[in-house]
Amino acid sequence: MSFLSVRNLSARVKGGPALLRRVSLDVAAGEVRGLVGESGAGKSMIGKAVLGILPNAVQVTGGEIWLDGVDLLALPVAERRRRIGAMAALIPQDPLTALNPSRRIGGQITDRLVDILGWARARAEARALELLAEVQIADPARVMRAYPHELSGGMRQRILIASAFAAEPKLIVADEPTTALDVTVQKQILKLIAGMQAKHGTALLFVTHDLGVVSKVCQRLSVLYGGMVVEDAAVRDFFAAPRHAYSAALLAATPKYTDPMASLTPVPEAVIAAVQAEVAAYDGGAHG
Amino acid sequence: MLDGRGQVKRRAGLRLWLSAGWLGLLVIVAVFAPWIAPKDPLAQDLFLGRLPPFWVNGAEPGYLLGTDSLGRDVLSRIIFGARIALAVALVAGTVTCVIGAMLGLMAGFLRGWVDLVISRLIDIWMAFPPVLFSILLIAVLGPGLMSIIIAIVVIDWTRFARVVRAEAMAQGAMDYVASARVVGRGRVGTMWREILPNVLPTIVVLLTLEMGIAVIVEAILSFVNLSIATDDPTWGGMIAEGRTSVYQAWWVLVFPLVTLFLTVLAFSQLGEGLKDRFDPVLR
Repeated sequence: MSFLSVRNLSARVKGGPALLRRVSLDVAAGEVRGLVGESGAGKSMIGKAVLGILPNAVQVTGGEIWLDGVDLLALPVAERRRRIGAMAALIPQDPLTALNPSRRIGGQITDRLVDILGWARARAEARALELLAEVQIADPARVMRAYPHELSGGMRQRILIASAFAAEPKLIVADEPTTALDVTVQKQILKLIAGMQAKHGTALLFVTHDLGVVSKVCQRLSVLYGGMVVEDAAVRDFFAAPRHAYSAALLAATPKYTDPMASLTPVPEAVIAAVQAEVAAYDGGAHG
Repeated sequence: MLDGRGQVKRRAGLRLWLSAGWLGLLVIVAVFAPWIAPKDPLAQDLFLGRLPPFWVNGAEPGYLLGTDSLGRDVLSRIIFGARIALAVALVAGTVTCVIGAMLGLMAGFLRGWVDLVISRLIDIWMAFPPVLFSILLIAVLGPGLMSIIIAIVVIDWTRFARVVRAEAMAQGAMDYVASARVVGRGRVGTMWREILPNVLPTIVVLLTLEMGIAVIVEAILSFVNLSIATDDPTWGGMIAEGRTSVYQAWWVLVFPLVTLFLTVLAFSQLGEGLKDRFDPVLR
């Protein structure tokens, strides 16, 4: 079985609409899987469910999340927290809110090592310096003593990446890690994540709405619509010939860098109607 | 890049110094009242009643700010009044702050049924008219310093709870809290280590405001004669007394009033000044 295996995961807003509809996907050890879809498709929810940080208002209604051969949803809460903490990490979306503004950078990185691995503080600090150098931060010693507001967004994202890799997790969920950054920095950060991933051999679940990003860093991808996986394919096959009409339309809607002035192609209404019908049919089937 | 914000030296701020200076002076005066006060604040001398302050004709040397209708020295009474005012401000302010902030933090971060219970309690509590509530409380508890403090705590904790709850909710939605949870830190641990330090600047500002409010509440209760024994010098009691003879002896009303005003102003400005100085992000 794959390192991470999500089986038929369903979730809904408590007393509200379904968010995830029997989602299944696998991430092999060391593999990068992209998770794409428009906003509201449920891609972030899957990442959050895997890490056990779903908002209070969201409730898992069925399915399994197997991480390294153990079904997380079957574990008691404390045990689940411990397993996730030891094996997985998060690269969050918005670097501006992802560091605690009242604490120095150094402590925020070493926390993980001290808390999860039980390292001595001095050793953790040495490791943090090493990691900061690895994510190409000049003058790591000074950054360790800085507060988050003294650093730029790109720099904070580098720190978050260093921090995610600190405890050598087997799986990292990157939740739109480049969305909040400007385009020039985006490219550097993507390269950095891909480089770190290859070096450390970490499995990566890469949530994004940007198919261009997927083509650069991922090996496989899942396309979501309305909380349903509509296509699960190898990235190479997908870009050559998407199988589902919706994913083909999504691909066609991506702006072309070679011809930036060409008008954007929206996803045709007929395709949306068709995929919505699929979602509705699923809901009917699930309850009928 | 590291930018320059870390190196900016903020001007120490005139208002911080002025307010801290006034409060510092008040503390010294309160602590050393028996040595500083020129007269016994309780000593009456009916032959020396309603003496004007020193720059007015007819003033008696030794009575700098004049005397009240019973011949008691106004300056000495203000000095001894500072003891009660500050004791109430410090004790009532701090206790209110700790209780209110704790409940607000729990409601805002833990949410769920904890929030439900605390929020409903706040709503119900705030429906009571505060002044009547405090008068009722004192009537039940009996007058005295302790009763005033209890009354202030009981009435005003909601102020902290509401603001801190909102702030904790805002902080709780930030990604760094999610990161802390992924690492495996428990809910209570996250609340203490991640949320509390970020809510602290707000709490400090509220605390200083609350100290000012405590001084006012004490004065109000003294004014309606529900504070401490009527003989004991309190600013509110002096104001109440001065009101009756304001046309004959304005100084009995004005000096305690000015002192009270300056003190409350100093507390609120101290909070603002501290916030400017110590908030790392200057939200």
